[in-house]
Amino acid sequence: MKKLLAILLALAAFPQAVPAETLAITGATIHTMGPEGTLKNGTLVIEDGKIRAVGASVAVPAGSRRIDARGKVVTPGLFDSVSQIGLVEVDAVEGSSDTTVEDDRITAAFNVADALNPRSTIIPVNRIEGVTRAVVAPRAGRSLIAGQAAIIHLGGPGDYLVRSPVAMFAVLGERGAGLSGGSRGGAMLRLREAFQDALDYAANRKAFEQGDRREYALSRLDLEALIPVVKGQLPLVLTVDRASDIEAALRLAKELDLKLILRSAAEGWMVARQIAEAKVPVLVDPLGNLPESFESLGATLETPARLYKAGVTVAFLSGDAHNSRNIKQAAGNAVAYGMPWEAALAAMTSVPARIWGIADRYGTLEPGKDADVVIWDGDPLEVTTFADAVFIRGRAMPMRSRQTELRDRYKDLKTPLPPAYQKP
Amino acid sequence: MPTIRPDSARPPVHLLLLVAFLGAGCASTPTAAPPAAPAEPANLAPPAKSSEPQMTKNAQASYSSSYKPLPSQPVLITNATLLTAAGDRIERGSVLLRDGKIAAVGASVQAPAGVTVVDGTGKWVTPGVIDAHSHLGVYPAPGVEGNDDGNEATSPNTAEVWAEHSVWPQDPQFPLSLAAGVTTMQILPGSANLFGGRSVTVKNVPARGVYGMKFPGAPYGLKMACGENPKRVYGSKGRAPSTRMGNVAGYRDAWIQAAKYRQSWDDYERKRKAGDKDAIPPNRDLKLETLAGVLAGDILVQNHCYRADEMLTMIEIAKEFGYKIAAFHHAVEAYKIADVLAANGICADMWADWWGFKMEAFDGIRENIPLVEKAGGCAVVHSDSANGIQRLNQEAAKAMAAGNRMGLHLREEDAIRWITINPAKSLGIGQQTGSLEPGKMADVVLWSGNPFSVYSRPEKVYIDGGLAYDRNDPSHQPEMDFELGIRDEQGTEVEP
Repeated sequence: MKKLLAILLALAAFPQAVPAETLAITGATIHTMGPEGTLKNGTLVIEDGKIRAVGASVAVPAGSRRIDARGKVVTPGLFDSVSQIGLVEVDAVEGSSDTTVEDDRITAAFNVADALNPRSTIIPVNRIEGVTRAVVAPRAGRSLIAGQAAIIHLGGPGDYLVRSPVAMFAVLGERGAGLSGGSRGGAMLRLREAFQDALDYAANRKAFEQGDRREYALSRLDLEALIPVVKGQLPLVLTVDRASDIEAALRLAKELDLKLILRSAAEGWMVARQIAEAKVPVLVDPLGNLPESFESLGATLETPARLYKAGVTVAFLSGDAHNSRNIKQAAGNAVAYGMPWEAALAAMTSVPARIWGIADRYGTLEPGKDADVVIWDGDPLEVTTFADAVFIRGRAMPMRSRQTELRDRYKDLKTPLPPAYQKP
Repeated sequence: MPTIRPDSARPPVHLLLLVAFLGAGCASTPTAAPPAAPAEPANLAPPAKSSEPQMTKNAQASYSSSYKPLPSQPVLITNATLLTAAGDRIERGSVLLRDGKIAAVGASVQAPAGVTVVDGTGKWVTPGVIDAHSHLGVYPAPGVEGNDDGNEATSPNTAEVWAEHSVWPQDPQFPLSLAAGVTTMQILPGSANLFGGRSVTVKNVPARGVYGMKFPGAPYGLKMACGENPKRVYGSKGRAPSTRMGNVAGYRDAWIQAAKYRQSWDDYERKRKAGDKDAIPPNRDLKLETLAGVLAGDILVQNHCYRADEMLTMIEIAKEFGYKIAAFHHAVEAYKIADVLAANGICADMWADWWGFKMEAFDGIRENIPLVEKAGGCAVVHSDSANGIQRLNQEAAKAMAAGNRMGLHLREEDAIRWITINPAKSLGIGQQTGSLEPGKMADVVLWSGNPFSVYSRPEKVYIDGGLAYDRNDPSHQPEMDFELGIRDEQGTEVEP
C-alpha cells in the first residue's frame, strides 16, 4: 500500500509532465464492463494514454511501472450524464455561474463549451472521487430550449472537450408550460414551431438569406443549431416527469423523427414499455423519490430498477456540479432498490458511452480505449469506498483538491503559527 | 429532476437564490450561566423548570403534546449486531422492548413468556435515527405555493412564530423518512430571519394534528440564522440587516429587549409572590416571550451558521446575554474551530458533503464531521432536506470513511452517535431517547445489515415500542391522505 501511494504521489507531483510511461495495474478485481467481464486478480496495462491490455493472464510488459492493487477494485472512470461541472464555482455567486442564458433568442445556439472552465475548483473535488467524464449541460433560462451540451473529461486543461455539441437540452412539463404562457399545450406548440422552422430554414437557407422567406420564430443562429436536431443527428434531451408528458415527448419524437433522450422521468416506470419500444434512453437521478410536484406523484426509488427490467436503457445523472461525485452513492441506492449491481455500474460507464456516442473511446476497459481508470479501495457503489488512484487518459491524477488542502491546513489546530501559514 | 424545493439548500440550488436557504440553529443548554468549558459536550437535557415563568404558562396549557404511542406488545430482537450509541457494539445481542421502553440490552437477554421474538440474525439494531434539522410538514410535498409555510420572511425578527403552527401532518415525506429509520425530528422555521421562530420536536408518527406528534416534554428550540440569508433577504428589500454587522446589531438589540421583558416579568412575579395584590402583569409579547424563554433556559437556541468566524461571534453574543448555544446548524466550517465548539459544549450539526452552493458554503470538506468528533465535540449529521433525511445513515457512513482515510480510526460505534444520541442531546431529549439503554424510549431500528452500507435498509422501525414501520408488512406502512388515489392503476404499464 505504501509503495502504491509513493508511486502515485510521484506521479501526481507533475501530472502534466508524466512521460508516456507504461503502467501495469496488477492483482485487482477488474470490472471491465466489456467482453472480458469481471476479472479476479486481473492485470491492466496502460500505455500512451490508452489501455493496451486487460486480462487475467496478461504479462506485465518489461520496463513498465507496476502498481500492486491486490484487494482493490478497478473500474472505468465514472461518467455523469448531466452535470454543470466547469460551468459554476458557487451557485449563488452570479458571476461564477454560466449555466444559463437568460435570453430567449439565442439559447438553442448557446453551447456550454464556450463557457467552460477546465480549471474550476470543482473538477479536482470530483475527479479524486472517480468521476472522469461528464456531460456538461446548460440549464433552461427563459427559453424551452436551454442550449447545447458538451462532454468533458476531468483531466484538466488542454484538450478537455471530448465531444461538442453532444446534445440539445430542452424542458417540457411544468417548467416548459411556465415558459410558454402557462400550459403544456403551449410548450409543445412552441417546440413544434421551433423544429418546423428549423426544417424549413434548412431547406430554404438561400431564400432566407435573400429575404425571400417567411419570418421564423427563432433567430438564424438558433435555427442553425437546431438543424442537426431535426435531422435526427444530434440528440434532443427533454426533461419530463409526468407519464403523460413522457408519452407526448415520445409522440413528438416519432412525428418529427428526432433522436430523443428523456431526462428525469419520475413517472417513466409507468410507461416503461412505450419507452423501451421507442428505444429511447432515460437519464435518471436514482434518489429522486419525492412527490415534489403534481408531475412527479409517481416518483420512487425503484425507478432505475423498474425501467431497467422493462428493457429501457438507463444512465445516471447528478444534475449537479459540486457533488457529481455522489453519483456512485445514487447508483448504490439503485441497487438497494432492485437494480442489478452490474447494471448500476454500467449506468455510469458503458451505457452513457453508448448513449452519448463515445463508446469507441470510453466506457469499458478494453484495449485501444482511453485509459480512464479508477482503483477503488472497495466496492465502488458503497458509501464507505473511496478512490485510491484515478487515471484520466492514462495520466495519474493528483489526489488533491481545494478540499484536501483545507483539511490538511486545519487537521491540527494546535500549530504555533496561524492556519494561514500552513500551506500544502 | 423534480422541482427544487424552495427551502432546500441541496446543491442544484440555482432556482433558490431568491428564496432563503433554510438553516437551523443550535440547541442551547438550559442554564443561563456563562458557558463553562467542559471537555465533553455539555449535557443538553431539558432544563429543570425551577423558575418556570408565568409568562409562558398560558402557552403551555395550550398546544401541549397529545402524543400517544402506537399500540405495542413486548418484542425481543435476538442475535443481532447492536450499535447502542452508548458504548461498544454487542455482537449477537438482544434487545427487549416492553411497555414502550427498552427493558434490556445485552449479549443474552431472557425471553419473557409471551414475548414476540424477532430473529435478528445477520441484521443490525440501532437507536431510532434523529434528524436535528428538518422542514418536513412546513415545506411539504408537493412543494406548491399553497403548502409553502416554512419561512415567515416578513421581518428579520419573527421569534413569535412557531413551526408547529405550520406543520402539515399529512406531508407524504413523513412516511418516507420513517421508512429510513427516522423516529424523531426537529422541525424548524426557515433561515430568512435573524430569529426565525420556534422549532418543534416530533415523534415520526402519523397524527391528525401536530399535537399528536409532539415529543412529550421536549423543549422548544429558537431558530436563529447567521450570514448570507438574513442580510440578503432584508438587504434586498432596502432594510436592515444588509450586512453581517447589521445581523449582529439585530441579534443584540433583540436580546436587550428580551432581557428587559424578562426582568419586568421577574419583578411582577416577585411582587405577586410577596402578596402584592396590586401588582400588574406586564403585557404579553409573543416575540419577547420566546426570547426570554431562551434567557431563562427553557428554550434551546438552534443557530444556522456556516462560517467559523461567524460562529465565534455568535458565541460572544451568547456570552454577552448569558445564554448558551446548543448547536450550530449547517456548520460547514466547524472543523476550523472544532476545539472551541468542544470547549463550549456546542454541537455542530453538519452535512456530510454539501458545499459550494453559496459563498459561505465554499469551504466545505468531507472530514468536517470526523474532525469535530476528533476534537471531542458533539458531532451531528443533519439533513435540512426531505431527500437527505432518508439517508442520514449513508451520510454518516461517508463521513466516517473520510475520517478513516485521514487516519482517525472511527468505528460504526462512533458514527451511530452522530445520528442518534448526539442529535438527541442537542434537542434536549438525550435522557429520554437516542441510545439503546434500559429505561429509555423504545425507539429502535432493525436494519437488514450494517446501517453504514448503501445496501442496508430498515426492516422494522419501532417508536416507543410500537411497530411504526415494517418493510415486509403493508399494514405497518402508513400512507398519508395525499397519497390515496393519486396513481390510477389503469395508467401503469409496469407492475410496481
